[in-house]
Amino acid sequence: MAAPKVGKVLFGPVIDNNPIALQILGICSALAVTTSIQVSIVMSLAVIAVTGCSNAAVSSIRHYIPGSIRIIVQMTVIASLVIVVDQVLKAYMYDISKQLSVFVGLIITNCIVMGRAEGFAMKNGVWISFLDGIGNGMGYGLVLIVVAFFRELFGSGSLLGFELFQLDRNDGWYNPNNLMLLPPSAFFIIGFMIWVIRLNKPEQIEEA
Amino acid sequence: MVEQYLSVFLKAVFVENLALAFFLGMCTFLAVSKNVKTAIGLGIAVIAIETITVPANQLIYSLLLKKGALTWVNDLLISTDTYNFAEVDLTFLGFISYIGVIAAMVQILEMFLDRFMPSLYNALGIFLPLITVNCAILGASLFMEQREYPFGESVVFGFGCGVGWALAIMALAGIREKLKYSDVPPPLRGLGITFITVGLMSLAFMSFSGIQL
Repeated sequence: MAAPKVGKVLFGPVIDNNPIALQILGICSALAVTTSIQVSIVMSLAVIAVTGCSNAAVSSIRHYIPGSIRIIVQMTVIASLVIVVDQVLKAYMYDISKQLSVFVGLIITNCIVMGRAEGFAMKNGVWISFLDGIGNGMGYGLVLIVVAFFRELFGSGSLLGFELFQLDRNDGWYNPNNLMLLPPSAFFIIGFMIWVIRLNKPEQIEEA
Repeated sequence: MVEQYLSVFLKAVFVENLALAFFLGMCTFLAVSKNVKTAIGLGIAVIAIETITVPANQLIYSLLLKKGALTWVNDLLISTDTYNFAEVDLTFLGFISYIGVIAAMVQILEMFLDRFMPSLYNALGIFLPLITVNCAILGASLFMEQREYPFGESVVFGFGCGVGWALAIMALAGIREKLKYSDVPPPLRGLGITFITVGLMSLAFMSFSGIQL
């Protein structure tokens, strides 16, 4: 296999090969934490950190992991990193950590982290694996923030906590759409996002 | 007593359905819901694993990790001057212990089924090992910790979560089988329309949220 290019590894997953929209990985947490942009930014940073570091760690020990127990080894590495992230969040951003509730812990079972460790880091060098992790984390973060943008804008009429549409309870004109804060809206938004992406990239259309 | 368990169960199945209200286990949920038969197999496997792992993790949490859970160690020591175990708080080790328990339980269940129920083992096939990385399993354990369920309720909660998830995936698989015959716009085919279907299902399940028991 030819050595993967740095730029392609880092930015490929953000747009062309987005882990959420195309590879259907890591959707679980993508939907639950997207009611406000601030929370999703923190979540994306946490995922970027965990994916990058776990890819680097798994890649650096890849020659010593026996094939039969590799899943457990990867799990342990990832779980330890998530504990670190969780403790950092609890120490410095307690409110957001409360809002994320169980979803920080669920980064462990986020398929992006596992999928990249298994699919990329086990076969490639440390540095390039690290970049691949960061790239996939960013692809994940992008989707998260786009979804959060729509949900926060229409659900609470604000962006990053600043009131953009004046709400009717504050004598404004905008009546917030509560559906946007409920779980179903996240499914709809991702569904429509996939639609838009595939309209522009017909080669991704599935035969079904 | 019974009412309390019933309420935990119904809440876990309908009101707070792991798949449709908390988006847990979505990856498998979307990937394996193409036909009803495999969906049923996976659903049963998830019910079994949830019912075992949630109570097991509850025991680990309440007997080893929780603050004050290690007080009994003090009795074994001669003096508590140097170190008082009643003060030890190991909750930060939760993630790594739960995932370890889940991985081990999946492995044990796999060996058990292979030995005693080969037909079910063959039916489940690849899905059994995959369950380890299903967020619904770990998610249930984490919710159990957050809500501090006692042992009895954790059994009911685990079972309920499994049933709810299984119900959701079977329903989605049924819908997707019918969807094969409909004329969906090409860019929306496959994943896109599945998301929208799940959104509508989730909307339907929201109507349970008014239920008070």
